[in-house]
Amino acid sequence: MRSKWGSVVVPDQAIGGFMQQDDTSNEFSPWNDPTQTPLIEFKGVTKRFGEFTAIDNIDLKIYEKEFFALLGPSGCGKTTLMRMLAGFESSTAGVITLEGQDVAPLPPNKRAVNMMFQSYALFPHLTVAENIAFGLKRSDMPKSEIAGRVDEMLALVQLSTFAARKPHQISGGQRQRVALARSLAKAPKLLLLDEPLGALDKKLRQETQFELMDIQEKTGTTFVIVTHDQEEAMTVASRVAVMNHGQLIQVNTPDRIYETPNSTYVADFIGEVNLIKGKVTPLNDDIVEIHWAEGEQPLAGRSSETLAKGNDVTFAIRPEKVAISKERPDKAANMVQGEIIDIAYLGNLSTYYVKISTGQTIKAQAANNRRISRRSYTWEDPVWLSWTDTAGIVLTR
Amino acid sequence: MNIRRLFLISIPYLWLLALFLVPFLIVMKISLSDLAIAIPPYTPTLSLSDGWQGIKGFWAALDIENYIFLTEDNLYWKAYLSSFKIALVSTALTLLVGYPIAYGMANASPEWRPTLMMLVILPFWTSFLIRVYAWMGILSKQGFLNQFLLWSGIIDDPLVILNTNTAVYIGIVYTYVPFMILPIYATLEKMDASLIEAAIDLGCSRLKAFWLVTIPLSKSGIIAGCFLVFIPALGEFVIPSLLGGSRTLMIGKVLWEEFFSNRDWPVASAVAVILLLLLVIPIILFQRNEQKQREAEQ
Repeated sequence: MRSKWGSVVVPDQAIGGFMQQDDTSNEFSPWNDPTQTPLIEFKGVTKRFGEFTAIDNIDLKIYEKEFFALLGPSGCGKTTLMRMLAGFESSTAGVITLEGQDVAPLPPNKRAVNMMFQSYALFPHLTVAENIAFGLKRSDMPKSEIAGRVDEMLALVQLSTFAARKPHQISGGQRQRVALARSLAKAPKLLLLDEPLGALDKKLRQETQFELMDIQEKTGTTFVIVTHDQEEAMTVASRVAVMNHGQLIQVNTPDRIYETPNSTYVADFIGEVNLIKGKVTPLNDDIVEIHWAEGEQPLAGRSSETLAKGNDVTFAIRPEKVAISKERPDKAANMVQGEIIDIAYLGNLSTYYVKISTGQTIKAQAANNRRISRRSYTWEDPVWLSWTDTAGIVLTR
Repeated sequence: MNIRRLFLISIPYLWLLALFLVPFLIVMKISLSDLAIAIPPYTPTLSLSDGWQGIKGFWAALDIENYIFLTEDNLYWKAYLSSFKIALVSTALTLLVGYPIAYGMANASPEWRPTLMMLVILPFWTSFLIRVYAWMGILSKQGFLNQFLLWSGIIDDPLVILNTNTAVYIGIVYTYVPFMILPIYATLEKMDASLIEAAIDLGCSRLKAFWLVTIPLSKSGIIAGCFLVFIPALGEFVIPSLLGGSRTLMIGKVLWEEFFSNRDWPVASAVAVILLLLLVIPIILFQRNEQKQREAEQ
């Protein structure tokens, strides 16, 4: 089973609502277990539309009961990947397997995969109950059991009193839940969700995210969600695949993606980050020094990779990991001096844009635990920025 | 404000009054008159110079004997029935021809749609009469169709199509198919393509998805198209008289013969009034369909 969702909001997140999983030993992580067989496997899958390569030689394993998010900007190939799973697109090269079986010969209506469409695609001429029953009537379920299953699905999404309404007689949020119930009614092995919350307003979206996680856990169905909203992906998913130009840039748990991005692309795409370019000098163990500007103290950071002296690297550090102070900190692995040029007030947090002597701007974030009138810093204040040697990450690509 | 609104509303009402109600009342009056060898060929005519007595005499001379005559001669109800049958069959044929065209247009790539739409409307740019005459050239015994079929060896003897009901069906389908295509195309075009994908995803074959989703969702377009074809086809006169034979019985033709060959204006007017009353029923049904659709869209 999936581990419990942690209820502690990581205090210094740039992205609100981000939840972290417990780091307990019974954590749900079949991807780390070599004995597990994946539910879905992509082997060297490529998809071309004429000259355009939408999916570029992807290898990916998705495990049973996962809530897997495909995240990327529009046009990155995430929707194509999902449509290939549903059967609406076929691969140009490579193999996709579902429970070890090649799915290529199966048309979409023969796959144990259902999809929740971005537009919900509810049949406007049918009632809510008839919409949910639509797939069941096409299955080999006996007629007598269909009504019971429809009631069960209506109860699952808390819409029992709306069974007789037509889709245009209910609200957007309710329509979204009908679409979810309809796609889950046939108990598919895999549920695909195409931007499922895109049409909802922010407040409703956040509520629905938790509902979605709840339903996923209750039904034990494997979910694959496509989204361009990193916050949504981080909140709901057990693992996130960050995509760009038809390739998987990084596939990992939300916290790993955030804490240890493997590239400047991922670091920049997920949340806010300061990126500092420099040349590396390896010291002992995994500590490295980064020479980033003439006459400045080199930055200390960690890298799991073995780096040669003089390699070009990018040092990435999240704004919330940069401490801001008026006085020079006593002991800090890294510190720079600068002047506040701008303050972005976000309510619970403020982001300080600090211009340092090299002309670069570094963002530092601090919780507003005092009222704004009593804030310690203001525009044009000279301040010190500091962080530990483990706070940042050294990226080579 | 109120006067302005009253003025705006009164324009269509005045229009209807002048161009529909007044002519209808005149026809109605003629249908209640008697045949006379005079100009105009009926009696009584209202002359106000006789004063009150004249008006009274005028009313007294009106009767419904023409309507009674329509029920006595079975030519008329046979003509009504035959028109109804021809209109019904040709509406069904038009639907069979028009739906695939509308479907194809709605599924064509967007840059092709205006061109296809143009091609559907293009025949209207030439005279209707000329187009029907052109069909005579195609369908006659020595026409293009027979020449082609004989030349290609499919048939040995020329087909007799012109002056039969088949020719009437061909003519009506050809003439009215745009009225079927346009409303169906309008409903299909605004249909969300993901609905079909959703149906397939939920286990339908393509054909089943078409039957369970596309057809019900284009129902309002089908109904509108059928009425737009059925109503004018019922009273159609030009097509049966040019393409149909002597045995093609349609009420429009009977009406024409009654007016111009027989010069019996009162009976002809009675035929016209009955035809109008028969048409009111499908027109009301059509209006109700439109209304229902508008309500559903809100």
